[in-house]
Amino acid sequence: MWLILTALAAIVTTIIWYVKAPDDKYKVGLLSWIFWGATLMWLADHVMAYLMEGGEFFEINLDATLLGISVIIVALLVWVIVLLVSDPKGVFKKILKI
Amino acid sequence: MACFLVPMTEAIVTTVVQKVVENKEKKTGVNHAEKTGLTWSRRLSWLNKLLWGGTILLAFEHLWHGEIVPWPPFLTAMENPADVAPMLHEVATIGVSMAVLVTIVWGIIIIIAEAKSRGLSEIKIAPVRGDQ
Repeated sequence: MWLILTALAAIVTTIIWYVKAPDDKYKVGLLSWIFWGATLMWLADHVMAYLMEGGEFFEINLDATLLGISVIIVALLVWVIVLLVSDPKGVFKKILKI
Repeated sequence: MACFLVPMTEAIVTTVVQKVVENKEKKTGVNHAEKTGLTWSRRLSWLNKLLWGGTILLAFEHLWHGEIVPWPPFLTAMENPADVAPMLHEVATIGVSMAVLVTIVWGIIIIIAEAKSRGLSEIKIAPVRGDQ
């Protein structure tokens, strides 16, 4: 389930990035790269596990869904930290001057 | 168990390579961008973002499943000698396939970006001709 949710997040963020491109002031592109990286890695993981062990390709249950949501929160957290540290709007500079 | 260690290792290597290439490009002042619009440091930054992004989220997933812990030896499979061999097998199969897939997709992105960039530069070079 986390593969589906991460892939969905990757597609949504790519669309948002493309709508705003070439302007990427708020680094949505970075968020998109993060989600695509994880999606590709989990895709390889799922395919290899399916080929070697068989069973269900997607794990669909409450735990897997909660993990998917948590993964998206972690990615958003990383993005927010990068955004605040780089401060593309110069908000902190303005606040500290005042 | 520890499959994300392979893309993480690749990410460390490519990050170092990117920094070295970036410094070289700054020193020489000549870069590949003149021909195609893409520098090698920029291309490598895309790979790094893919690898580090995936590594961070996969590390969280392993933490969720109790496969890694924040204290030594960090990998729970290392606590039991019987789990070490399956862990290494997983690293060699799933871990390597993850790194390979990400690198292949990155290569495809680069090829497409290069082709688009070349197409744009040819349009700029060749002026539009009228009927002869």
